[in-house]
Amino acid sequence: MAGSTHISARKGERILSLRGVSKKFGAVSALTDIDLDIHAGEVVALVGDNGAGKSTLVKVLAGVHQPTSGTVEFMGRQVTMDSPAAALNMGIATVFQDLALCENLDVVANLFLGHEMSPWRLDEVQMEVRAWTLLKELAARIPSVREPIASLSGGQRQTVAIARSLLLDPKIIMLDEPTAALGVAQTAEVLNLIERVRDRGLGVIIISHNMEDVRAVADRIVVLRLGRNNGVFTPETSNQELVAAITGATENAVSRRNERLESEARGEHA
Amino acid sequence: MTQNPTPMLDRSDARVRHDDSLMGAVREFLDRVKSGDLGMLPVAIGLVVISVVFSALNPVFLAPNNLVNMLFDCATVGVISLGIVCVLMLGEIDLSVGSMSGFASAMVGVLWVNMGLPVGLAILAALIVGALVGSIYAFLFNKLGMPSFISTLSGLLAILGMQLYILGPTGSINLPFASALVGFGQLWIIPKWLSHLLALLPGAVMVLTGMSVMRRRTAANLSAQPLGRLVLKAAVLTAALEFAVWYLNLGRGVPLMFGLFVALVVALNYALTRTQWGRSMFAVGGNREAARRSGINVKRIYLSAFMLCSTFAALGGMLSASRLASSSQQAGTGDVNLNAIAAAVIGGTSLFGGRGSAWSALLGIIVIQAISNGLTLLNLSSSLRYMITGGVLATAVIVDSLARRSRVSHGRA
Repeated sequence: MAGSTHISARKGERILSLRGVSKKFGAVSALTDIDLDIHAGEVVALVGDNGAGKSTLVKVLAGVHQPTSGTVEFMGRQVTMDSPAAALNMGIATVFQDLALCENLDVVANLFLGHEMSPWRLDEVQMEVRAWTLLKELAARIPSVREPIASLSGGQRQTVAIARSLLLDPKIIMLDEPTAALGVAQTAEVLNLIERVRDRGLGVIIISHNMEDVRAVADRIVVLRLGRNNGVFTPETSNQELVAAITGATENAVSRRNERLESEARGEHA
Repeated sequence: MTQNPTPMLDRSDARVRHDDSLMGAVREFLDRVKSGDLGMLPVAIGLVVISVVFSALNPVFLAPNNLVNMLFDCATVGVISLGIVCVLMLGEIDLSVGSMSGFASAMVGVLWVNMGLPVGLAILAALIVGALVGSIYAFLFNKLGMPSFISTLSGLLAILGMQLYILGPTGSINLPFASALVGFGQLWIIPKWLSHLLALLPGAVMVLTGMSVMRRRTAANLSAQPLGRLVLKAAVLTAALEFAVWYLNLGRGVPLMFGLFVALVVALNYALTRTQWGRSMFAVGGNREAARRSGINVKRIYLSAFMLCSTFAALGGMLSASRLASSSQQAGTGDVNLNAIAAAVIGGTSLFGGRGSAWSALLGIIVIQAISNGLTLLNLSSSLRYMITGGVLATAVIVDSLARRSRVSHGRA
């Protein structure tokens, strides 16, 4: 975050646009004809049941998987992201669900991994200063940046992973289940952080199963179901509607459970 | 540090204990050892035990000239072991370094002595072949997903075959005694004055870089190592080195070949700890997928490691040819392979990847050569020598595994 003064995308400008993106793993179609637009300064939540293709979509955008068909436009140009490095250099940063940190390296080394300052004579002092500034901005509570990642807690690792994604001044940041491992306070910090990032004009994609978190920060909620687009909603949409879109039926496990609870409550009152 | 109104960037967390006194340094070291981060400790203890036992059995063991001989021997396999450090760092292995070293020594013999090429050209050709072999392993690993254990095992046989083939029926080529190559391997010693001067160098570099880092850290509002501790460390190091050089100079002196080996160790250590390439090596060894996702070209890292390993093996083979003044069918066979691997592991490079240092090759090979040399002085047969070296290697790996387990439970993996 520090030192990032030039964000070329203006607020509201379309940064990323997917048209008809599909991804097949052998006979399995993980993604079919996905359309998605991300604008500068907005938070888009990707929601869907297990196996809906959220993580696959994130991996396609991060350059980990290559789409089988379809086009990806970034800043108005059609692009192919054939490696994670390509996506990173373009300005798409990702915080993966499994964090992808090297446990044997310390916090500074992990933050700067692959993008170290002065490659032939690592500038450890400068990197450490930058690491502390960045972590301070995120209000992170990391005791020491010179301890290996293995000694940090889950929440601390999450913070390190998020800090790392912001280091390269990306245009879009994708967070795959960023709050799943976090406590109450840290979750609030991450949500604050997402808003701060958005206000700086970045596009944010967040994947979460936690509807409360999604509603709190998302400008749009994109629902995936069985690898297809299944509607775009606003945070004002009722929970029922969202669940219906996610599960694909108004008659679903959640509604049945609610009905059962309601009828039980009625039964008790009767 | 408490009277400082704005706390230093890395000292603002109240939960972390900081102690800059000498006792603090000692306690820090003990904490690290207890958590399984043993560092150089097992080697240091091992060397003391070895010296005491062998010099009690045969006083010649610690005689200056015996140590000089030992350093000559260390340099040859030690260079091979440097390459092993590179592949072990990635959690891979190269079992063909022995064959590669033998083939390189055979190449020098054939190209230089038999075919009359300039010796420099022969050496260059052997190094290039080494790099080529490494790139073949990397290709098999990167493109075909062949485990390095298997590809290098087949390489072991194939390269040994090539060595026997180019040596032909005579089987052995003597290198001319008067040549520079043999002089380098058997006779040349660093001049006394120069060796004393060089022994000052590490301490001086330590103080100078340490002070520059200190200045920059203080300027950046980070905590810095206290000057006293830095100077003390440098003084102890310099005293130890000067003593070692003085003692070796009582005999023939410090072998030039050993100087080359140490220079290579220092260079590799710099590359591993102070460059982006080295950082990437640690990252790929620690978590390959994480490294890939941070934009590191993982395949190129594997390529560089395999190429370095085979090239170092070729260089080590030529050094041992110059040491023995011959290229023969026996070169690189027997225990060369395993000694090189054992040295890296004994020195503290983990077999599991992501942990290690160039120094482990130096320390490990000194341990191995000391044992081998001591047993030879006792006139023990090679059968016993193999058994004992095997036992030492097993002990080293057990220590490595136990320390690793302890590190995991202490959050230091």
